[in-house]
Amino acid sequence: MEIPIVANPIEIEVKDLNFYYSGNIHILKKINLSVYKNGVTALIGPSGCGKTTLLRCFNRMHDLYPKNRYEGEILFQNEDILLNATDLITLRSRIGMVFQKPTPFPMSIFDNIAYGLKLKGIRKRSDLSEGVEKALVHAALWDEVKDKLHVSAYNLSGGQQQRLVIARALAVNPEALLFDEPTSALDPLSTAKIEELTFNLKKEITIIIVTHNMQQAARVADWTGVLMLGELVEFNKTDKIFTAPSEKLTEDYITGRFG
Amino acid sequence: MTRENRRKLEGCIALSLSALAAFLGLFWLVFILGDVMIHGIKAMNLSLFLSDPAPAGAEGGGLRNAFIGQGMITLFATLTGVPVGVLGGTFLAEYARGRKIARIISVLSDIMVSVPSIVIGTFIYAVLVKPAGHFSGWAGAVALSVIMIPVVLRTTEDMLSLVPWTLREAAFALGAPYYKVILQVVYRGAAAGILTGILLSIARVAGETAPLLFTSFNNSFFSLDMNQPISSLTVTIFQYAMGPYENWHAQAWAASLVITVFILILTIAGRLIIQWRYR
Repeated sequence: MEIPIVANPIEIEVKDLNFYYSGNIHILKKINLSVYKNGVTALIGPSGCGKTTLLRCFNRMHDLYPKNRYEGEILFQNEDILLNATDLITLRSRIGMVFQKPTPFPMSIFDNIAYGLKLKGIRKRSDLSEGVEKALVHAALWDEVKDKLHVSAYNLSGGQQQRLVIARALAVNPEALLFDEPTSALDPLSTAKIEELTFNLKKEITIIIVTHNMQQAARVADWTGVLMLGELVEFNKTDKIFTAPSEKLTEDYITGRFG
Repeated sequence: MTRENRRKLEGCIALSLSALAAFLGLFWLVFILGDVMIHGIKAMNLSLFLSDPAPAGAEGGGLRNAFIGQGMITLFATLTGVPVGVLGGTFLAEYARGRKIARIISVLSDIMVSVPSIVIGTFIYAVLVKPAGHFSGWAGAVALSVIMIPVVLRTTEDMLSLVPWTLREAAFALGAPYYKVILQVVYRGAAAGILTGILLSIARVAGETAPLLFTSFNNSFFSLDMNQPISSLTVTIFQYAMGPYENWHAQAWAASLVITVFILILTIAGRLIIQWRYR
């Protein structure tokens, strides 16, 4: 019996996206894909296929560097975020990002989390404390750090640092989170914790995760997109991709014939 | 001679030569510091700090005017040189990063660092002292700050470039505007290095004589007026050491000791900050 798929509303819709790096190096080619609300969407593919490049389009990270160019549309809640008029500061506070290597700021655990809150104009000490605790609980780190909130974030282990960074991103109440290979620098136990966290977080926010690890995509993602040489080869429900891919390239990739 | 013996002999010669070179360098350093210590401590007394110079040839007196003058010139030089240097370095490492203009300014300030300080002294003489018609403390402060700026600028630029780029991206990804990323994240990451650079640049200018000879000159009387010639330790040492009186010589030694210890403390503080940061 076929279980009917009840699709969530679309949160982000990519339409005919082309991306050019430093002038005219064509990296992403005519990407079309829909990211559903409150789901985890994984982007997989061999190294250099453009998955990280695609991820960094969603918060316009490419704008930090000159001569990068987008074509096409990315609709976030039906508004095109690739327009020049888009306010990047607002966009980035609505769509957060977690990087491959943990990026704690050179300050205390408390101040790391409070940083984003202060950016949002929260100044009152009690509001800050409340926000910091909420974010750390949210990222399942509170119990480990509640007694040492004022020590340097550099004293935490790699896995804790990564959850700290997630907490920092969560503190500003984003509607979506971008994960760029968040566990590739972590041990299996920390990886499991982060994956569990993604599972819990998707109840409230939309998650897009880039990963090298196909098992990870299979474990955490509801939807999976396979990229190769800048093109989206296939996009479907994760179990479909891993059990009955419709493209030969996808099958070759997930069975390890290359990549 | 076998190859092995030959190799040992060569090693022996190289070791002796480098040890000799190190010894020669250290010998003079210890000699100078030791001499300054011995003569300086002998001449050290409280009135050195509390009274102004006695009339030429007379016994007693002190160098209060020179201490205060040196302090004021260095303070104002730091107050102008440090902000300009730090902001300039920030511009090069952040806003102009990778652009041609950044490389040009960088190279120019490297050249500025090695320009003899007397050249900067005569330059300030030409643009500030000559038009005003008289020496002044301000001219001295400007000369020292011109020496400081390239030092602080290059250290700031280097230290900011050491802050990993991903840290900036992480701050941008939270929705921070660039100036907040720089002020609150990048500066924090580079703080120890920049502070060290500032301390070392103060140490560098505190020992300068040549640029002050042409700018703030000297003043035998106590003065707080930066618009007039003002006394400084280094120029006083120069003048007293050349002078004919015994007690001038003694006071020059004492002043040398004070300024050496001051620079030593700054340098050690700079080193400690580096160690504390990178342990």
